[in-house]
Amino acid sequence: MKHGISSHQGLLGDAVQKQWPPRPMYRFLIFILILANWLIFSGLFGAFHIGLGILCAGIVTFVSSDLMFEDRSKSIAERMQEISRLPSYLVWLLWQIVLANVYLLKLALSPGGLEEVSPRIVRFNTKLKSDFARFVLAQSITLTPGTVTVKIVGDEFYVHAISKAAADGLDGAMEGWIAHVYEPEVKAKPA
Amino acid sequence: MSLMINIVSGALILVGLTFFLAAAVGIVRFPDFYTRMHAAGKGDTLSTILILLGVALYTVGDFSIETLLVAIKIMAIAVFIMVTSPTSTHALMQAGYDDGIKPFEKEKEDKKDSEDQPEV
Repeated sequence: MKHGISSHQGLLGDAVQKQWPPRPMYRFLIFILILANWLIFSGLFGAFHIGLGILCAGIVTFVSSDLMFEDRSKSIAERMQEISRLPSYLVWLLWQIVLANVYLLKLALSPGGLEEVSPRIVRFNTKLKSDFARFVLAQSITLTPGTVTVKIVGDEFYVHAISKAAADGLDGAMEGWIAHVYEPEVKAKPA
Repeated sequence: MSLMINIVSGALILVGLTFFLAAAVGIVRFPDFYTRMHAAGKGDTLSTILILLGVALYTVGDFSIETLLVAIKIMAIAVFIMVTSPTSTHALMQAGYDDGIKPFEKEKEDKKDSEDQPEV
């Protein structure tokens, strides 16, 4: 993604080389996140150490807050809604990981498991627009055992699946979830 | 109470190790580079989560702010692994694919039915 230009705006037309409104709340949010990290990892709550933490978090925020939440086309409220939709997806993903791991365990350990191994490369086109949503989809596909994203060419995902059952698992449910979380305006085609 | 926690965390670690074992066996048994990457690269997602969860639970057994912080740090490791592990797997897979390693395929009929895979 180019610096400071969201892919959404890039898709809508060329007249949008401008930056977003300042949105100072992002800086504040980043400051809070860095400070929380400081507190958790130092574990010291004296006035001196907290003061040091505020100082350091302030400096880091001042210098490099542009690197986090690079895409600020959404306001902080929209972003919060996005984050609030995330946990239900994570729970679902964790359950998928459990199911798929059990499947892979069966494949690896049972005597007849190798019969079922018949690798294939599946290609499909994604409807997700933003780089970040695609990144999440690719990571999720790779996280669930049995399928690995090999590469993304344009809109097309190349996914290596270890067996027919694993390939059938790529039925678009995951993409639907991610579209629901990050891009509610995109209606993913139901499987 | 602490006995309960010991048993539960022990069980979590044991289940995690079982998944690790499956991954290790998979590396040996699976037929080619790609399928072995399946086992090596992410047979460890669930097992790492389970083992770290067990360790974190064991740590908060005698509850205090400090042990809670340690547990949070341990779970942070799990989050890092969930981000980095697929990335490295993906990098290796793409390198192999671009390098022209032929994926292992089963018989003709299997191949045919991979061609009429439904879109998404």
